[in-house]
Amino acid sequence: MQSTSHAFKDNAHRALGDPELQRAMGHVRSGFIDKRLDAIGKLPEFEELRDRAKAIKDHTLAHLDLYLERYEAKVTENGGKVHWCADAEEARQAVLRICRSLGAKTVTKGKSMVSEEIALNDFLQEQGIEPVETDLGEYIIQIRHEPPSHIIAPAVHVTKEQVEADFRRVHGHLPPERPLSEPTQLVSEAREVLRQRYLEADVGITGANFLIAETGSSVIVTNEGNGDLTQTLPKAHIVIASLEKVVPTLEDASSILRVLARSATGQEFSAYTTFSTGPRRRDDPDGPGEYHVILLDNGRSSMLGTEFEEMLRCIRCGACMNHCPVYHAVGGHAYGWVYPGPMGAVLTPSLIGVHEAGHLPNASTFCGRCESVCPMRIPLPKMMRHWREREFELHQSPAKARVGVELWAFFAKRPRLYRLATGLAIGLLGRLGRRRGRFSSLPLAGGWTAHRELPAPAGRSFQALWAERNQGKDRA
Amino acid sequence: MITPSAPAVPPASPRVGLFVTCLVDLFRPSVGFAAVKLLEEAGCRVEVPPAQTCCGQPAYNSGDRRDARGVARTVLRAFAEVDYLVAPSGSCTGMIRDHYPALFAGEPEEAEARALAAKSWELVSFLTDVMGLDRVQAAWPGRATYHDSCSGLRELGIKAQPRRLLASVEGLELTELAEAETCCGFGGTFCVKYPEISDAIVTKKAEKIEASGAGLLLAGDLGCLMNMAGKLQRRGSAVEVRHVAEVLAGQRDEPAIGAPAGGEPAAAE
Repeated sequence: MQSTSHAFKDNAHRALGDPELQRAMGHVRSGFIDKRLDAIGKLPEFEELRDRAKAIKDHTLAHLDLYLERYEAKVTENGGKVHWCADAEEARQAVLRICRSLGAKTVTKGKSMVSEEIALNDFLQEQGIEPVETDLGEYIIQIRHEPPSHIIAPAVHVTKEQVEADFRRVHGHLPPERPLSEPTQLVSEAREVLRQRYLEADVGITGANFLIAETGSSVIVTNEGNGDLTQTLPKAHIVIASLEKVVPTLEDASSILRVLARSATGQEFSAYTTFSTGPRRRDDPDGPGEYHVILLDNGRSSMLGTEFEEMLRCIRCGACMNHCPVYHAVGGHAYGWVYPGPMGAVLTPSLIGVHEAGHLPNASTFCGRCESVCPMRIPLPKMMRHWREREFELHQSPAKARVGVELWAFFAKRPRLYRLATGLAIGLLGRLGRRRGRFSSLPLAGGWTAHRELPAPAGRSFQALWAERNQGKDRA
Repeated sequence: MITPSAPAVPPASPRVGLFVTCLVDLFRPSVGFAAVKLLEEAGCRVEVPPAQTCCGQPAYNSGDRRDARGVARTVLRAFAEVDYLVAPSGSCTGMIRDHYPALFAGEPEEAEARALAAKSWELVSFLTDVMGLDRVQAAWPGRATYHDSCSGLRELGIKAQPRRLLASVEGLELTELAEAETCCGFGGTFCVKYPEISDAIVTKKAEKIEASGAGLLLAGDLGCLMNMAGKLQRRGSAVEVRHVAEVLAGQRDEPAIGAPAGGEPAAAE
């Protein structure tokens, strides 16, 4: 998809002024955090499981080539095919070739962030193939022509009133007077509309939460069961996955699954955890005739061995954004590309360039809550800081901020000079602000005083007062 | 996750270097004097190395490692001799304790940075965890609430310590703040780089503070306190804002943060 990450500030400004969005984001703030806390409270070994999950991924990333080849061999043995794709275009073409070979007119899709990353829906549409999203959230944003705003709850920015209006607009064949204000009514209507689409589809596309090298299986977790219908009913099942999704064994996948749902939605397990291992075998009652895996790199292999390698441990649970004050304030669209929140702030510059996405790692208070809840213990703030360092080296940080920091550092490195300069400044400010105790506006401090009062300095520094006090002591 | 970075049994009368922090030095010296009082009452010999300015976070978090190291070197030098570095800030202490070793990795001062990190403490947790303090001699009438500043909470594990000491302040009733662990939106340079977002975050924080019913807001980091005080005052709120050390030291003669000089401090109701 086309990135607007460079316009993060404008995006954020719009988001902050959007009352519907702000209302919808209120549910994120209250929903996810408590549910996660409840879930991990019931699992005393949660912290050890996090360590184990991290160790599994670290080991896999250290031997990524080995496990990917082992995975491919297994998929082939099971009768499937792995398509190695270096970038988005290769991945789109691979999907298109499969669709064309089957004369596909419609494809159903389970939720897949990688499919968003390669902008598959728009591409298929241009090629005359209709993609139908079957995850409720994805379906909602598809009919709204919007990208997802959250990696596990793509329509979290939409209120149920907005969904009702969208359904009435798009489902014109249904009686206009039908009741549609309750979530359950919305869900059953979507289910009814989609049911027919599953049966019509020629190809089913899903993402993957894990690829298992030991068995050649792909794993998806869903709460609606839509993924199962998507992948079993059509003639072919295409799995789209990025290459860091591989884990060595079934046991490893199970270990990580134990932290995934708890971190994401506060569930012990998602309602559906579906393993698919190749096309339908001779004795199987059903299943797809063909099984393809689009294995996408798209810049990830170049993160290996860099300070951003640990980002490849990410299992896309969304806990970081669920706990992020910036994400809470502006929502996912403001980030301007596929991946929002703290994980997006680290991953997006890796995938589309820090020149385009430079704002994202800067738009963080470094409160550290993302890292504290990340089941894979990814040091997100540290990596955001690494991006800031790259930007600083590339002279990409805004000139004003750069000059400001360098000027400040010039003094801060020279304590005597610093004391002289700051002493003059706070002396002046202290005299000006003494009566009210604060400033409502001040030259050069507009960023602060536009929204809040600036407490006035006391007028004399601690160091000055301390020196005076001690001189007094000496004389006494 | 949190490991004490110094032996639990301190020297009988440890030599403590106060890292004042740039904000306390320039904006609110009373916090520094409160820290000195608390440390001396706990039996420490306090000195204030004059050649200190700032921990270097503004440069470090702006991606300017070279300048961050330059500023950090002043801290390494100034505090080389003392038994402990103590700062009335979780954020600056986190910088020194958690980030200096990484900042100087592979540099000539790496060992020095590690040594300093190992003896650096945030004020309140130093009083409780090193000096074994479990109560203070102070009185402060009224109802207060406490915001857990992010670095202290998540980098240093400071949560129970200030509450334990505040519980011993005569007349003070501590009421818990909803979402006390959510960031206030300060974030150092963040608040001026992304003022609108920072404002949205601190507005929510101010709403929670007002809803707590407390007349006094406390925290352990002056940056966060100035941000929250500034927002509360812009909203016309009467909630007073102070650094936790000032209350623990019973130091009532200073006006609250952002309040006019001269007036008597209002009882926090």
